[in-house]
Amino acid sequence: MANRQKVLMKPVLTSLIRNVAIPLSVLAVIALSGCATVPADSGSDPRDPIESFNRQVFEFNDIVDRAVLKPVAQAYEFVLPEPVRDCFSNIFSNFREPSNAVNNLLQGKPAEAASDTCRFVVNSTVGLLGCFDVARQMGLEKHNEDFGQTFGRWGIGPGPYLVLPILGASTVRDTIGIYGAEAYLDPNFWINNVALRNWILGTRFVNARSELLQADDLISGAALDKYRFVRDGYLQRRRNLVYDGDPPPTEDEAPPQTPPGSPPADTSVKSEPAPPQPQPGTPPAPK
Amino acid sequence: MRFLRPFLFSLAASTLVVSVAHAQTPSTTPDAMVRDLSNEVLNAIKADKALKSGDTGRVQKLVDEKILPYTDFQKMTQLSVGPGWRNATPEQRAALTREFRTLLVRTYSGALSQISDHKVELRPFRAQPTDTDVIVRTQVVASRGDPIQLDYRLEKTDGGWKIYDLNILGVWLVENYKSQFTSQVNSSGIDGLIKTLAERNSQLAQKKA
Repeated sequence: MANRQKVLMKPVLTSLIRNVAIPLSVLAVIALSGCATVPADSGSDPRDPIESFNRQVFEFNDIVDRAVLKPVAQAYEFVLPEPVRDCFSNIFSNFREPSNAVNNLLQGKPAEAASDTCRFVVNSTVGLLGCFDVARQMGLEKHNEDFGQTFGRWGIGPGPYLVLPILGASTVRDTIGIYGAEAYLDPNFWINNVALRNWILGTRFVNARSELLQADDLISGAALDKYRFVRDGYLQRRRNLVYDGDPPPTEDEAPPQTPPGSPPADTSVKSEPAPPQPQPGTPPAPK
Repeated sequence: MRFLRPFLFSLAASTLVVSVAHAQTPSTTPDAMVRDLSNEVLNAIKADKALKSGDTGRVQKLVDEKILPYTDFQKMTQLSVGPGWRNATPEQRAALTREFRTLLVRTYSGALSQISDHKVELRPFRAQPTDTDVIVRTQVVASRGDPIQLDYRLEKTDGGWKIYDLNILGVWLVENYKSQFTSQVNSSGIDGLIKTLAERNSQLAQKKA
């Protein structure tokens, strides 16, 4: 009887989440419109045309984070000793190896793809489901790749910047690449037992948040505008990843020309340097 | 948000890489200079508990004593401020540079405790000997965690090579401040930006005390 109740509970829970929680969070975001401080030049950056909307989601995420995610992550960090958390981090990182391998292959890097496959096999077995990164000690370095990077490598631009509810910074390309295609290659989603799968997913999320706890204060201190600090950091970082740590210079990176009539202090500024050209045969830069 | 995680290590390393330098380093090429600097800095942090704990005074002292010969903070600030710099008076420029430098030292010195057995490795350097503006690529490796990309942009001046921008995990510092600074200058002018930076610095100083 109790079992039967449990079985019945599950669809009820799912429908609760679907019918109540999601609309509620959407409502909350809408309700927060106007709470986010939006600067006058909002949306002036062509990479972020929906800045004022994104800022509201950013604000919403911040509220949820302070109320729920951060305290949970702090408790997680407090309760579990560091070696256990390291073990979990490694296991969750190991879940990403099949995707790393496939994406390296799709990006025309068969050697990396082979290495990732070896990493997955070795760490899943000898490394106890990935708890220990044995492969690294064997000299097999990790190459984090995802479909967002692969699409970028294929010449698809990032599209507008997006702040996703709860998940945070992204772009249209990365949302499709990371949260769409990725799930099929993630062993976490191969688990048939729904409860177990969700528990692992949840722990994974909390673990990821706990890794960022120390970064919080730093960002609050360093950023004049947290939203733009995170946005510009994300966009630069992702571009860097698409090119495996070696992106071609953008037009913006050209140092400004010395304006006429400026004081002598400006004479130290020289014109655009010759960008280092990738040489054929140069080994790819490690990440 | 995951991309922010190794930020701490790298910020820690970079602060001091930019900030400490050996007066006698006879490095003539930019990559050798960055390599020697990085090694000395990491050794200095590992050896000095007060530095490692992020003692702002201590870090500030190191910056003031050793950093200036190797870094062009004014150029770093100028590029971050963008077009507004053109209309700033020499006094405003000096104030901006001073406040920005203080902000960087204050926020990032807290991350120094993250440094453990980190080592710096040079990545392939591809500049021509005639270049006067180069990027030196390095990565910081440790027994724990992924390697951290840490690159430097240097300009050749009459006083030798000077660092004026750094890149942590693919994020250039100047580029990451540009939009925030421009927005501030547009809404409240150069003085507004100076004021914001100064206020932030005194907040951070109070928090620390």
